[in-house]
Amino acid sequence: MSTAVNRAINPIKSSFHWAHRNLFRSPIDSVITLTLCAFITWFIPPLFDWFILQATFTGEGNEQCVNDGACWIFVREFLPQFIFGFYPEESRWRLVTAVIIVIAFIGIRIVFKKKVHKFFTLTLIVSYPIIAFILLYGGVFGLAVIETHQWGGLFLTLVIATVGIAGAFPLGVALALGRQSNLPVIRAFCRLFIELWRGVPLITVLFMASVMLPLFLPQGLDIDKLLRVLICIMLFASAYLAEVIRGGLQSIPSGQQEAATALGLNYWHTMRYVVLPQALQNVIPGIVNTFIGLFKDTTLVLIVGLFDFLGIVQAAATNPQWLGHAIEGYIFAAFIFWCFCFSMSRFSLRLEQRSHLKEKPMTQPS
Amino acid sequence: MNTSNNIITFDQVNKWYGDLHVLKDIDLSISKGEKWVICGPSGSGKSTLIRCINKLETYQSGQLQVNAKVPQQVGMLFQQFNLFPHLSVLENCTLAPMRVNGRNQQSAIDIAMHYLTRVNIAEKAHQYPHQLSGGQQQRVALARALAMEPEIMLFDEPTSALDPEMIKEVLDAMMELADSGITMVCVTHEMGFARQVADHVIFMDQGSIIETAQPIDFFDNPQHPRTQKFLKQILPY
Ligand SMILES: Nc1ncnc2c1ncn2[C@@H]1O[C@H](COP(=O)(O)OP(=O)(O)OP(=O)(O)O)[C@@H](O)[C@H]1O
Ligand SMILES: [Mg+2]
Repeated sequence: MSTAVNRAINPIKSSFHWAHRNLFRSPIDSVITLTLCAFITWFIPPLFDWFILQATFTGEGNEQCVNDGACWIFVREFLPQFIFGFYPEESRWRLVTAVIIVIAFIGIRIVFKKKVHKFFTLTLIVSYPIIAFILLYGGVFGLAVIETHQWGGLFLTLVIATVGIAGAFPLGVALALGRQSNLPVIRAFCRLFIELWRGVPLITVLFMASVMLPLFLPQGLDIDKLLRVLICIMLFASAYLAEVIRGGLQSIPSGQQEAATALGLNYWHTMRYVVLPQALQNVIPGIVNTFIGLFKDTTLVLIVGLFDFLGIVQAAATNPQWLGHAIEGYIFAAFIFWCFCFSMSRFSLRLEQRSHLKEKPMTQPS
Repeated sequence: MNTSNNIITFDQVNKWYGDLHVLKDIDLSISKGEKWVICGPSGSGKSTLIRCINKLETYQSGQLQVNAKVPQQVGMLFQQFNLFPHLSVLENCTLAPMRVNGRNQQSAIDIAMHYLTRVNIAEKAHQYPHQLSGGQQQRVALARALAMEPEIMLFDEPTSALDPEMIKEVLDAMMELADSGITMVCVTHEMGFARQVADHVIFMDQGSIIETAQPIDFFDNPQHPRTQKFLKQILPY
């Protein structure tokens, strides 16, 4: 209370106090503070210069970029390509529609909260993959077929990440449960699967899928390259996820399962309603961490000739008419990746806070 | 003894944990509606014995017959309550009636509220377990078990994790339940409860049933020296 009064009466004095308390508490603190200040004054102005003051924002061609700073026209010029890849321009509305459906659904959930009927949610979640596939790939309802080798850019990155996450999650849960199964065969299989996928680098897996696998497949049977990559990333992430979720399962005291069994709940009900909700809640940070890792790993598909967001940026940077702007491209790519990853981590924080478990420690001893 | 009336029958049941012989030739017949109290020193196999009744433990030899119609008609209360912390009190009590007995939500809520009222905790229905005291949690656990309308209730030291001032509220709820004609098997060291409610008291030591008696005889005239020693330890006067 007294600090609030102080601040009102004498803001200079109280800010001096604040600085003393937080920045110059000890000699070491003072040294660190001063060093950082020096570093910032030395470092920030040139950056600011490059990003804004000396940068070129308007104009048409590469020739306009005569200043020393960044050439943001480059990013603006290629933005549609960064986002949509080589997806034909006249069909891009289909991608936009697919995204709008998701945003509209989330919007409805936020506005109407619990009033949204479970049935509606479930229907949409089940039917969305089909709707999205029809929109993206086409082939029915008079929509032109757009082959997956034309997919690219941020759009492809998002497709890989979403399919990867949506597939890896149920698979990870199943593997984690399988590793604790009473049946030795299932237990051994899940362990083997997890260790196998965790033991090899993703790049190797992608190479195998795109180069080696076709050699083993019978002639004429050709699985879409993107599909192969999707399956690989999904399986890869599911192995990591399984280990995270297993940690969560182990954190649940055995009394929970005993109580559920004593009430007559069968194994699946016990997992579905008692153990998994708590176990997943306990490892939300680990799960989201895995998803963020997966999201960034999508850039590796470049290796097998798919042009994800980063791949397109890289390709644009080597465009002969726009040489010398790779840095702007990479910075832009980094910024977009950061936005997505940061939103994921904020989302995970919200999920965590929503938990009733975390409000207070459990009174139940484990 | 009239065997047709037996609801739980142990016949030469033996159990081992590796080399450890935890149940030795257990013979026991419990009739419908009877109240049994099991006591004995720590590690004597009391928990193991009653956990065999609802199949939380297996045994290696002998026979155990439970004549409840379906397994979920054996309810159980644990020392650590074991409420589901992510579910509200009401949801704790409606989960099994809905998922196991196939009740619809409304009928599950009705029966849950009925038993929550009976154990005097209906006003906490929408709170979460961590917001309740130990005694309140144990009463919720009792309501949760009763909502399945069991024929047999098992209790494994339901009051020994509670502070003294909360023990009475749980014992009161259990005594009230005893009047309803349900079969009760109760591991407890609450001798007042045993005297008042039990039809029979069992004393176990090192995996064997040492003595079975009516409460009056058991407390005032124990036959076996080990029983006498045990009673001296827990009943100082
Ligand atoms: N899962 C297990 N694995 C190995 N030994 C066990 C296991 N559970 C119990 N035991 C052993 O079996 C014996 C009987 O245990 P039990 O829990 O039935 O005793 P209790 O009479 O209930 O004791 P308490 O009064 O301490 O609860 C003990 O010696 C215990 O160490
Ligand atoms: Mg015990």
